[in-house]
Amino acid sequence: MITTGRSADAARRSLSGVMTTVTAACAFFAVTMLVLILGYIAVRGLGSLSLQFLTDTPKPVGEGGGIGNSIVGTLVLLGLASVIGLPLGVATGVYLAEFGSGKFASIVRFVADTLTGVPSIVVGVFVYTILVLPMRQFSALAGGVALAVIMIPIVARTTEEMIRLVPASLREGALALGAPQWRVTTGVVLPAAASGIATGAMLAVARVSGETAPLLFTALNYKFMSVRLDQPIASLTVQIYNYSISPYEEWHSLAWAATLVLMTMILFINIAVRFFTRKKF
Amino acid sequence: MSDQQLAAPTPSSTYGAQARTWNWRRALSPTGNAGDAVFRAALFASALVLLLIVAAMIAAIASNSVPSIRAFGFGFLTSREWNPITGNFGALPFIYGTVMSSVLALLISVPLSLGVAVFLVEQAPRRIARPITFLVELLAAIPSVVYGLWGIFVLAPFLREYIQPPLANWFGWLPLFQGTITGIGLMTGGIILAIMITPIISAVVRDVLAAVPMSQREAALALGATRWETTRVVLANGGPGIAGAIILGLGRAIGETMAVTMLIGNRPEISASLFAPSYTIASVLANEFTEASDELYLSALIQLGLILFFVTFVINGAARVLVWSVTRGTSDTARA
Repeated sequence: MITTGRSADAARRSLSGVMTTVTAACAFFAVTMLVLILGYIAVRGLGSLSLQFLTDTPKPVGEGGGIGNSIVGTLVLLGLASVIGLPLGVATGVYLAEFGSGKFASIVRFVADTLTGVPSIVVGVFVYTILVLPMRQFSALAGGVALAVIMIPIVARTTEEMIRLVPASLREGALALGAPQWRVTTGVVLPAAASGIATGAMLAVARVSGETAPLLFTALNYKFMSVRLDQPIASLTVQIYNYSISPYEEWHSLAWAATLVLMTMILFINIAVRFFTRKKF
Repeated sequence: MSDQQLAAPTPSSTYGAQARTWNWRRALSPTGNAGDAVFRAALFASALVLLLIVAAMIAAIASNSVPSIRAFGFGFLTSREWNPITGNFGALPFIYGTVMSSVLALLISVPLSLGVAVFLVEQAPRRIARPITFLVELLAAIPSVVYGLWGIFVLAPFLREYIQPPLANWFGWLPLFQGTITGIGLMTGGIILAIMITPIISAVVRDVLAAVPMSQREAALALGATRWETTRVVLANGGPGIAGAIILGLGRAIGETMAVTMLIGNRPEISASLFAPSYTIASVLANEFTEASDELYLSALIQLGLILFFVTFVINGAARVLVWSVTRGTSDTARA
């Protein structure tokens, strides 16, 4: 009786041990994939990276060429998306946090979350029908709007979360001093949540900087240096796509180098955010 | 809206007959301060813009799909033909490719992400869990096009050389593993999707597990349960939330575009083999949208976008409800 009890116990314990190992292996596998992907980008990318590559515009096969215009284009698109998306997103987030107890707010919350899940290519189709078709022109403007539509719900939800972290006592203290609600929100609550909101905004920018699908038929691509909003514009991601599906070995190397530039930017933002938020929370 | 109407009677009782005349400040904000009224109205307007964007999205995509809906009706969903030259468009090959690649991705990713989440929340000590959590989250920060690039030059050759030939040798009697091995096809697309949705599913499962009250674990441990048995109790508690996380991952897999477009082979054919090239709704949009020369072709593509939009909208809505039922329910009971 005692012996069978013990062996059953041992079986339970060993199953527990096995499952710990299995789940650890899952985590190890996921981290290995990350290392493999980032490692390949670093190794293949560093080989073709040069100062000229960062400033040149694309050239025909065999003549080298660079991603100067793509870097500028990506910055223009991100700037445009931020100018449209950040104010709207932050304002929506403030509304949800400060006045968000009603039914309207919960609808907005639900729609924002669901919009985050809408595939980015569908956002591209949407912006194509409302901007590219009427303007009869692919444009940087259309690309920026598409990225902004993706940004707004992300920024709104992170802003809301960050404002909710501000202690109610701060708010009550300011209200007790006789400040109107808008002064309390803009003068006390927003400054207290500012670093969190900035973090969320940076993450949203990092997220859309890697988007390709919504740019394919809005911003399209462009061979030359351009900052015009009513013209097509190049972007790092579309350039990476075009280079990597081409049949030329040389362009494949350029794709890896451009990816290294893009990933450096994205990882820098992610790690910086991690570093700054660690101190606060 | 409703709280503004509710607020209206208050001033009449507090301030008497004077406030009975319509007051824009009070109509917009219960405090009756002019600054508050403007501030609140502006914030309300931007929240409204978000709803209007989604409404405009539905309207624009739906209205541009009309020519295709008129021409093909429900036959659009069941027709196998996709021929821009003859003007016959059917979505079945794309629906098939989308469903197959997403299901394949889930089959690989669900056990993997559950394992990752369970390890990080239930099994690993905190000082190991924190950095690994960050690294797994970084996997979600890698853009789709980068997964595609890596897939073309690393994953596809690896599968072609080391994985697919043995599969064809041992399981070649199954229709799943027959046909030419190129490294590009349904299987490669499904595997890259699995890697991409793993951080998303595991992040939501982690939240769900973390929301399960500590008392459940303590009760199990006090009854003499081992670590794994305790984990099973926690998993059972988080059931609906985990289902939500999986559905969320499915929604992401269905809409994923670039990596799949670069790896799935892009041929509108229905084949039982995982080695064969396929095509998804998202990838046909990415490939053919700028080439669509006539109105019907463009409209058929936009209708594919409409299908994608509705499927992902419904999937995401359902997933949110499931996840909220766990994370919200537990935080409410914790407060009470």
